[in-house]
Amino acid sequence: MTVTRTKAEAAPVASVPSSPEPKRLRLNRWDAKYTPYLVIAPFFVVFGIFGLYPLVHTAWVSLHDWQLIDGNQGFVGLANYAELFGDANFWNALFNTLSLFVLSTVPQLLAALGLAALLDRGLRGRAFWRAGVLLPNVISVAAVALVFAQFFGRDFGIVNFLLGLVGIDPIDWRAETWASHLAVSTMVMWRWTGYNALLYLAAMQSVPKDMYESATLDGASRWRMFWSITVPSIRPTILFTVVTSTIGGLQLFAEPALFDPGFAANNSTGGSDRQFQTLVLYMYEKGFRLFDAGYAATIAWMLFLVVLLVAIINFSLTRRIAGKG
Amino acid sequence: MKSAKAGPLLYGFLVAVLAASVFPLYYSFVVASKDNSVLGEKLPPLVPGGNLVENITRVFDTVDFWLAMQNSFIVAATVAISNVVLGTLAGFAFARLRFKGRDSLFLLVLGTAMVPTQLGVIPLYMLMSDLDWYGTLQAVIVPALIGSFAVFWMRQACEETVPHELIEAARVDGCSVLRTFWHVGFPAVRPQAAVLGMFTFMTAWNDFFWPLIVLDPNDSPTVQVALSTLASGYYTDYSLMLAGASLAVLPVIAIFVLLSRQIVGGIMQGALKG
Repeated sequence: MTVTRTKAEAAPVASVPSSPEPKRLRLNRWDAKYTPYLVIAPFFVVFGIFGLYPLVHTAWVSLHDWQLIDGNQGFVGLANYAELFGDANFWNALFNTLSLFVLSTVPQLLAALGLAALLDRGLRGRAFWRAGVLLPNVISVAAVALVFAQFFGRDFGIVNFLLGLVGIDPIDWRAETWASHLAVSTMVMWRWTGYNALLYLAAMQSVPKDMYESATLDGASRWRMFWSITVPSIRPTILFTVVTSTIGGLQLFAEPALFDPGFAANNSTGGSDRQFQTLVLYMYEKGFRLFDAGYAATIAWMLFLVVLLVAIINFSLTRRIAGKG
Repeated sequence: MKSAKAGPLLYGFLVAVLAASVFPLYYSFVVASKDNSVLGEKLPPLVPGGNLVENITRVFDTVDFWLAMQNSFIVAATVAISNVVLGTLAGFAFARLRFKGRDSLFLLVLGTAMVPTQLGVIPLYMLMSDLDWYGTLQAVIVPALIGSFAVFWMRQACEETVPHELIEAARVDGCSVLRTFWHVGFPAVRPQAAVLGMFTFMTAWNDFFWPLIVLDPNDSPTVQVALSTLASGYYTDYSLMLAGASLAVLPVIAIFVLLSRQIVGGIMQGALKG
């Protein structure tokens, strides 16, 4: 087949003057050469215009006094950055972002690893369990946030009811920083643990069985095999989930936004006193509530650097930890 | 660790995990079917009540939920169809056509998935208002017309199912690239294209951040944005809110029940190759 094809491709060059169908062949050649670029172009055009350009333009906007409605009011250099570094709300939002990220991602990925190990045992009805575990991930975050807002209600929430059964006083989940972070993290974990467990499960199933067999012969315990065979074997998948969870976890918006019942009604973003205001929420407040596009772009660009930095740190950290044994 | 068979303890634990997965949805439905006052009672409600129709009616009275549903449907369906068409074409090209720079261009596609484009919303919003698209559905649709996931997914599908020989034969017979795609490529990957369509539909249906910014919540929003406005007012009416939430998740749950096997399979396959 390949040989025939090469011949057909070479034909026009050799036989253009005499062939009765040079036009068709030339067209065919043009087609083979350029159509591939034509069909992959839409992706690059859409990504370029609506993804990359806005992201890069953010850096430019951050150097200006730029109002969302009134437009560019002039170049101000690094003035927005200077203001940002002295802005207590920025540091608060940065702290909340990192705290929510650690609280939701670390237990989530560990739980996903454990869940995957359980799903990897010879189960009956595999498809059923897998679907059940994935279900939370397909539910919209807006709907999830409303349900969890009820769960963590101070007066009639189901969580406080359960705590009451064991004699713990009701907690005001939205008023306290730590309590609110726990609640929002629970929401994130509920949505993503099963998804990550399926990724780990897929990787675990491609680990060669004989590795376990020889370890069993050597008398290794299940726990030992898990850490010294399973985890190092699925390291690429672990690294992948760590990086994607870092990128996603540092950009939380909907969960903390809708955990706050005043989000739509009272224009609050992330708690009455910014207890769970993340950086994306703060960017939203500055840009789309106060229309200060220049300042919001500054927050966005700082967050971009934070995402980059934390992703690199986590990547190298995980590579070292998961590689042991 | 296939050696040990699963025991009752393991099944018990998995039932608990499953219960935790389903409970928020079930509870949402329970509260949606009750009078809001039951939430003040000593025991939280656990069985559905008889107020479902009334609460749903109140949702439709509070916001134009029909319009929101309709908008979400238009957005999700358009985005799904477009991702299937453009993703299959691009995936076919990356898997089965020869052109210069193919492999590095594909790596570029994969790399874009890691770019936090959400952080570019400020200029994106300004772009939309320059185009006079604020408050219109195309502002939500156009940026989502084709994503890296669709390209990646369809390339994988073509790689596995489209026979090399048929492509060569069609090309030798003088079939154009697009005709070859249409008669040889597309028929082979139709099942995977269907799963991709459903998957993108769900993602677009669930999207919240960008529609919240670029659509007018009080004029013509999508379902998810309409949900966020149900939570307004001085006291929180959970029956109303969760009736809205239950309606909003219904289409996605329907798709999931029908296609969970394929969706799970797709995620797990993607994990291995990604």
